[in-house]
Amino acid sequence: MEVTRTRTNGAADMRVRGLKAQQMLRGELAGKDLDEFVEERLLFTQLETAQNWARKNAIFPLGFGLACCAIEMITVIGSPRNDLARFGAEAIRFTPRQADLLILSGRVSIKMAPIIRRLYDQMLEPKWVIAMGACSSSAGMFNNYAVVQGADKFLPVDVYVPGCPPRPEALIYGIMKLQDKIMGTPDMGWRERYQAYGTEEDARPEALRESPLDQEEPGGPRA
Amino acid sequence: MPDATGLELIAQRVRSSVADEAVTGTSYFRGRATLEVAPHAVHDVLAYLQAGDEEPWDALMSLHGCDYLPEEPRFGIHYELLSMERTDRLNVKTRVGLDNANVPTVVDLFPTADFHEREAYDMFGVVFDGHPDMRRILLPEDYTGYPQRRDFPMGGEPVLFTFNENKYPRWYD
Repeated sequence: MEVTRTRTNGAADMRVRGLKAQQMLRGELAGKDLDEFVEERLLFTQLETAQNWARKNAIFPLGFGLACCAIEMITVIGSPRNDLARFGAEAIRFTPRQADLLILSGRVSIKMAPIIRRLYDQMLEPKWVIAMGACSSSAGMFNNYAVVQGADKFLPVDVYVPGCPPRPEALIYGIMKLQDKIMGTPDMGWRERYQAYGTEEDARPEALRESPLDQEEPGGPRA
Repeated sequence: MPDATGLELIAQRVRSSVADEAVTGTSYFRGRATLEVAPHAVHDVLAYLQAGDEEPWDALMSLHGCDYLPEEPRFGIHYELLSMERTDRLNVKTRVGLDNANVPTVVDLFPTADFHEREAYDMFGVVFDGHPDMRRILLPEDYTGYPQRRDFPMGGEPVLFTFNENKYPRWYD
């Protein structure tokens, strides 16, 4: 999204703008002045673009670590030195229901794979996956019976970050790449390929599903 | 470590106290004393070494399996005993074949053997008779095969390097 800002020159300029706003509110602006004022302050975009802009700047990663890469991931997300808050992705959620991003940090063993897939299924759309490090991307050095040969065997992976483990800068770059992807091409048809749509589990007990509570009550929000 | 003479004395005491055929041999290699026992006598020998011997071995530090595939019998079960009092160690080894891969459990003597025996079962398929909970511990319950056996396939996928590129023609298709 194109955001254009006019550079202001110090406090004097700010005062002029403030006075202009006052004039506008009093209805004293008219003609060319009013056009300019509105042009400066209005922004036109598409709903999807604005939505994606909001999504890419508020990615909630799932608090989930697999192996040694998890230590590095904690450093990237948690430490003020790397400060993932600059990209809006520092709020870790420890439940998949509230998370947007699954960072596969480490080797995926065959015993862990169904659990990871279940976590992924429990996450709500939109959701993204980053395969962090060589192991989760391609099993790395673990070319053996115990490790899944790449997490994309059972999950749609959006971004692969190479490294063993990746440098913090590499993971941050991966997250920036994911942001670009969210803005540009959010759907590459992977979810269909991995049958990852509509797999969200309904945590409510059987009796409560499709109950009248689901219907929006007319005349305002329900209590 | 007991030296070679001490090992022979231990073997002699085990032979006279447990059974003559319980001890199949001794080996003393690089300062490690090893008592080789018959598989059916493992429990009795360890019970004697733990409490009955004049030099008791009160702790089981490790129990692990091993596969000596070309040799017969192929599976080895190793018990590593430790005496904290004398800061001394003794290895006890036994060998079982593929068709009778059964060893009596020692969980009643050393509770720590519980998980060790389950791991040996998980990786080698050696069944410990009398174990309270003989199931897989590390691998998924529905896993087939025993991956640490030497004839178990390595798993994984062939990796393309430049040296074996010609073995996978038109890999880029």
